[in-house]
Amino acid sequence: MAKFWGKLFLINFAIGVVTGIVQEFQFGMNWSEYSRYVGDIFGAPLAIEALMAFFLESTFLGIWIFGEGRVPEKVHLASIWLVAIGSNLSALWILLANGWMQHPVGYVINDARGRAELVNFFALIANPKGWLFFWHTLADGLLMAAFMILAVSGYHLFRKQNVDFFKRSFNIAAVVGLVASVLVFLGGHTMGQYMYETQPMKFSSIEAHWETSQPASFSILTIGDLSGKREVWSIRVPGVLSFLACNNFDCEVKGVNDLQAEAVQQYGAGDYIPLMVVTYWTFRIMMTFGFIMTAVTAFFVWANLRGDITKARWMKWAPSLLILPYLANASGWILTEMGRQPWIVYGLLKVQDAVSPNLTAVDLLISLIGYTVVYGSLAVSMVYLMKKYAIAGPDAAMHESVDVAPAIVGSQD
Amino acid sequence: MSYEFLQILWFILIAVLWIGFFFLEGFDFGVGMLLPFLGKKDEERRAIINTIGPVWDGNEVWLLTAGGATFAAFPEWYATMFSGFYLALFLLLIGLILRGISFEYRSKDAAPAWRNRFDWMIAIGSFLSALLLGAAFANLARGVPINADKMFTGNLFTLLNPYGLLGGITTVAIFLLHGANFLGLKLEGEMRDRVNTAAKKIWVVTSVLYILLGIFTYAAGFWARGIVNPGIVPITAVVTLLATGYFINRKMEGWAFIMVALNIVLTQVTFFSMTFPNVMLSTTNPAFSLTIYNASSSQYTLGVMSIVALIFVPIVLAYQGWTYYMFRKRISTDKKTLVY
Repeated sequence: MAKFWGKLFLINFAIGVVTGIVQEFQFGMNWSEYSRYVGDIFGAPLAIEALMAFFLESTFLGIWIFGEGRVPEKVHLASIWLVAIGSNLSALWILLANGWMQHPVGYVINDARGRAELVNFFALIANPKGWLFFWHTLADGLLMAAFMILAVSGYHLFRKQNVDFFKRSFNIAAVVGLVASVLVFLGGHTMGQYMYETQPMKFSSIEAHWETSQPASFSILTIGDLSGKREVWSIRVPGVLSFLACNNFDCEVKGVNDLQAEAVQQYGAGDYIPLMVVTYWTFRIMMTFGFIMTAVTAFFVWANLRGDITKARWMKWAPSLLILPYLANASGWILTEMGRQPWIVYGLLKVQDAVSPNLTAVDLLISLIGYTVVYGSLAVSMVYLMKKYAIAGPDAAMHESVDVAPAIVGSQD
Repeated sequence: MSYEFLQILWFILIAVLWIGFFFLEGFDFGVGMLLPFLGKKDEERRAIINTIGPVWDGNEVWLLTAGGATFAAFPEWYATMFSGFYLALFLLLIGLILRGISFEYRSKDAAPAWRNRFDWMIAIGSFLSALLLGAAFANLARGVPINADKMFTGNLFTLLNPYGLLGGITTVAIFLLHGANFLGLKLEGEMRDRVNTAAKKIWVVTSVLYILLGIFTYAAGFWARGIVNPGIVPITAVVTLLATGYFINRKMEGWAFIMVALNIVLTQVTFFSMTFPNVMLSTTNPAFSLTIYNASSSQYTLGVMSIVALIFVPIVLAYQGWTYYMFRKRISTDKKTLVY
């Protein structure tokens, strides 16, 4: 079982390996003023990620792929565990780095050098923002993996291929998916409350919550005007936003207008409101798909307890579920990154002051087109291979390449 | 530990990371470039890839770590260099992406056209990466236009000067030679002979280019502009390169490999000591140069990072070294033993 799913994992992981390099370089390349201003702090988690996680992942991935029969079996198995541990460590450090951008801690401003400097490394690694991100993202990763397995298993179960294998996979994935989706929600809810404390503007903009109120109502549907800066019409549930913010139904939630006025007082003139049409809708897309995923996995677990799922007619639709976690995940990231606009480091440095001033529009255009073309072709070849290997099933996964498998078997006879 | 001690320590650490990268990934690039030329049949190409298959990714992390360590320890160096060399680094990234994905994907489909396309992407990606890294380092040795705000004021064409290009091509040649020696160590039978024939030719070209680069460096006055004189180090580097030819002719691949490895290490030592304590020389005004003093992080950050490095660098070295030990056997083109 590990072999088949491992093969799909490798096809996917390869993309992560090669695109990770861009991540490590982009801060200096595109965000040189950001790097100068906060490099003293932000560089540390990035360097530690490379040292602690990237080496572990890449070295032991090589042992996993090439080591069978060359290293002791236990070491071979341990190597894929080390790859998984490495990936999670990598997620932790990059999210601690991102968490610091959303909620900077443990620093002072050095006026002489004109930059922020680290004074408390432990505050950086204990930043609740980063750990909440980690919780939410880790659970989300599990949820995504569960849906990948559900979709592929569903495809084969509907066609009655390798039924035992895929039934087991399907059931494990349904349980893991259900647990993970609950964890995603709990993590998300806790993040929301911490956001209410540390990034109130982001919190209120997600809700299109214009005016301060107590208790605050939750918007089910709000239509703004075309500028996206004013509410025209909305349906609201009383008290729920207060609950989301602080677990009781009548605390005060400040409105965007008041927060804007406060920000102007604190940081000077400017527009401190994120693009609300994006924050508002990405949140709703994420939540909707999140709820659907919980419902679907709960249904699968229940259906499996009740009877034989392999005969179920709905199995036909299982592969199409794969879109859900991708949409939810992408919306969540767009939400969290757009929600801190105009800040790159919340309250400390604006995006417009962080870019590399020496770059021309042509530089940016060339690289943007280049990355788009290359990433696009990577996506096409990845989807092609994933589909091919997923459809070929576990019997073929034992061989180097699906379509030459018979020839190889033949030559060994 | 004093602030200055930490700054020097991190300069040395970053130099070590780059040296490790050039030494390890150098033969990966070489093997990649040689792939479509030395591998005629599919099994042969797969065998060539498998010589570096288990290790290339770990080797590449040396580059990421060098980048990350520069960011953490010398943010101004990282910011100026990476934004300044923007398009060159963009092309390097594209080269690394194409090469990396090709290693993983080339055997996942049996169509000869599919495999051939990915094999060429490995070769071109390796070539592009080697060329750009060499050109970037040559430009660092030469100096680049930097203004009083520590900002690079040139563009891609600033980097495409004769010295930069010579540095790039020489690096390609050295990596080809390094890759050929590595293949000589890892392949067997007829493949091993084929590699040896290629290595002899590559050695001639590499030696000529390397000596030209050395003469250019002296003649143009790029030599010892800091406080350190590399002295005998570059001379030893030339000697190791010349000795390589002797060992290749005698088919002593182990010694040939060690000699080129030494050449790479000594060349890098020369490079890093030539401009020290400057990390980026300004051709606009020497006073605008970035140094380990005006580009570094705070004493606190350097201290924290020193502790982290002290713990993890030995661990990484131990398990990476162990991987090479595990995969020390030669690789045959026999289909039964080839891992795909």
